[in-house]
Amino acid sequence: MAATVDTVRQVEEVTGRAYKHGFVTDIDMDMAPKGLDETTIRFISAKKEEPEWLLEWRLKAFQQWQQMKEPNWAKVGYPPIDYQDLYYYAAPTQKPQLNSLDEVDPELLATYEKLGIPLKEQEILAGVVAVDAVFDSVSVATTYKKELEKHGVVFCSISEAVRTHPDLVKRYLGSVVPAADNYFACLNSAVFTDGSFVYIPKGVRCPMELSTYFRINAQNTGQFERTLIVAEEGSYVSYLEGCTAPQRDENQLHAAVVELVALDDAEIKYSTVQNWYPGDEDGKGGIYNFVTKRGACRGKRSKISWTQVETGSAITWKYPSCILQGDDSVGEFYSVAITNNAQQADTGTKMIHLGKNTRSTIISKGISAGRADNTYRGLVRVGKRADGARNFTQCDSLLIGDKCGAHTVPYIESKNPSARIEHEATTSKISEDQLFYCMSRGLSTEDSVGLIVNGFCKEVMKELPMEFAVEAQKLIGISLEGSVG
Amino acid sequence: MALLEIENLHAEVDGKPILKGIDLSIEAGQVHAIMGPNGSGKSTLSYVLAGREGYEVTEGSIRLDGHDLLEMEADERAVAGVFLAMQYPVELPGVTGMTFLREAVNARRKAVGEEEIDAMGFLKMVRAKAKTLGVTDDMLKRAVNVGFSGGEKKRNEILQMAVLEPKFCILDETDSGLDIDALKVVSEGVNALRTPERSMLVITHYQRLLNHIEPDVIHVLAHGRIQKSGGKELALELEQNGYADFVEAAA
Ligand SMILES: Nc1ncnc2c1ncn2[C@@H]1O[C@H](COP(=O)(O)OP(=O)(O)OP(=O)(O)O)[C@@H](O)[C@H]1O
Ligand SMILES: [Mg+2]
Repeated sequence: MAATVDTVRQVEEVTGRAYKHGFVTDIDMDMAPKGLDETTIRFISAKKEEPEWLLEWRLKAFQQWQQMKEPNWAKVGYPPIDYQDLYYYAAPTQKPQLNSLDEVDPELLATYEKLGIPLKEQEILAGVVAVDAVFDSVSVATTYKKELEKHGVVFCSISEAVRTHPDLVKRYLGSVVPAADNYFACLNSAVFTDGSFVYIPKGVRCPMELSTYFRINAQNTGQFERTLIVAEEGSYVSYLEGCTAPQRDENQLHAAVVELVALDDAEIKYSTVQNWYPGDEDGKGGIYNFVTKRGACRGKRSKISWTQVETGSAITWKYPSCILQGDDSVGEFYSVAITNNAQQADTGTKMIHLGKNTRSTIISKGISAGRADNTYRGLVRVGKRADGARNFTQCDSLLIGDKCGAHTVPYIESKNPSARIEHEATTSKISEDQLFYCMSRGLSTEDSVGLIVNGFCKEVMKELPMEFAVEAQKLIGISLEGSVG
Repeated sequence: MALLEIENLHAEVDGKPILKGIDLSIEAGQVHAIMGPNGSGKSTLSYVLAGREGYEVTEGSIRLDGHDLLEMEADERAVAGVFLAMQYPVELPGVTGMTFLREAVNARRKAVGEEEIDAMGFLKMVRAKAKTLGVTDDMLKRAVNVGFSGGEKKRNEILQMAVLEPKFCILDETDSGLDIDALKVVSEGVNALRTPERSMLVITHYQRLLNHIEPDVIHVLAHGRIQKSGGKELALELEQNGYADFVEAAA
């Protein structure tokens, strides 16, 4: 009926609102020469004063990468990436060793403040969150270090960890995502620049949320961060990452690797609020977000849960996974993926059940508007020895307008007859009835859409740490602004 | 001047004319009832008044307090004081009743430049009103209308009305689906909202509701026009004779 036509027209009219974080920071940068070969890798490694073993590890990964082919099975399309036309290292020029936040370039502090991430410790959510801020290739500040050290928690940039905790890094780096795991992970292994390192000692419940903010600033620069979190026996940590980038006409590559290790009775809660620049309404510019995230539940009764709210990026290619090795271990994946305009997302998870009585839950909420494409791709695999393994998967898609797409691609492989795997999927539209109902109570079109979509995502949103849930709720509203009439 | 003035209103849906020249004026403080056969255009009139998209006004005017309603979107009309208790209330999965009410109240406050409402005070106020209408705490915590019984949905509509305190209320078959006791409770709730400033338009099929909510004027709508207006006796007359006179007269 007429109303639907209007809805679609309004989608077209108002989409592509200004991206709030699209500004550029003008700052002196120390860059590696453009392009990628062994020299680039040696340059990065030298800049970071890395030990020989790490350089070797990088070089080996680079050799393997050169033999590999870029994957094309995902339901995303983009012109070929010229890997020689990128910068692989960009760091703000600054004094190498910072003793306190006062020494951080004020331009940088101002940038983070504009992003709503004050790095002055006293201001950070009254002490409930510690932040590591990564600007292009390097970590610029980590807050609350002293407080964390009291509990034996290590939270620093991975470059720093290579220097201060080489044994831990050597032991766990690449142990969950091997260097040659896939094309983008392999590239990352060769050229990774920075990222966060977290170590929670035995029996410690990390006293605050840990959080990293990633920011791509420099032009034609790839961001290859690497995050490693190790939770020893009986420990607990909740970690959140947020991401933004300036608005640029060229596409920027982001190929991160995240590895989590949970030992006996340990729990890691990893939350992502991803708001990279999505490109304009015609699909010009925006971040290519090709990320490998994987957690190993090595210990008995260990638990890893991934919660993600993905609203940005031109293309998202990302499957946070859990390898459930320990008996009775638990994997969870809660996801909200929003695509608007020309955005494409192919995202989902892999739950690999190896131990006995391992359980996994997957709740995925995909929302597409404009001409966007949104694919859920999920694998549930149950190994021979995983007696009593259980999985529950629920995939819901919400469509706004009639030019967007939603696809659900579940793969189920079970080698154990005692496994129980359930899969539910629904696709719905924001109905004109719902919009009118909300508006007839006084809500603007945009607030109505925000309310309905947040309701649709509720099961996922409630998994986010309290401090970030409100922010994420607003982000959902903003990213769909004008997508419906 | 009357609070609500409808003049020569023509409206169509999907190119099909439904309302064919409605004249109606309701004074502040008055309650008018509309009765009429199925498909005569009662709900259509309520949607046109509330500003639903797809219901196109081709002729005529609607004024509330002198303001041209046709110039306003649905949300603006709501803020201006129009409220529609729907014949078929809509489900909002994942949105709790309390959140929905708070958002609605804050939307109004935002429109007039007021701060957001104090959450604690609001909670108390809503709970008190909910209690008088037989809306349980559980219903406020659940998603709006999801899994509600027909009667629960209707009560919930009246609760929204009580909380939002509109100037002009349209009740579209609020009585259908209510059991005998609920009809009494809801009617009392509606009567409590009758003030000298507030007007109501009550759409119903049954004279029974009008025993509880006594209207000042009753109109018969058929074939997209008001065929007859009168006092309470008109409802009794309809109860006796049905709509045959009007349907045939206009056919
Ligand atoms: N989208 C539409 N397309 C075509 N005709 C429509 C549409 N919506 C409503 N109508 C028609 O408009 C007429 C009036 O409908 P309306 O819902 O206003 O009646 P009503 O008086 O409220 O009836 P009831 O007493 O059954 O609630 C009906 O004939 C209906 O079929
Ligand atoms: Mg009706």
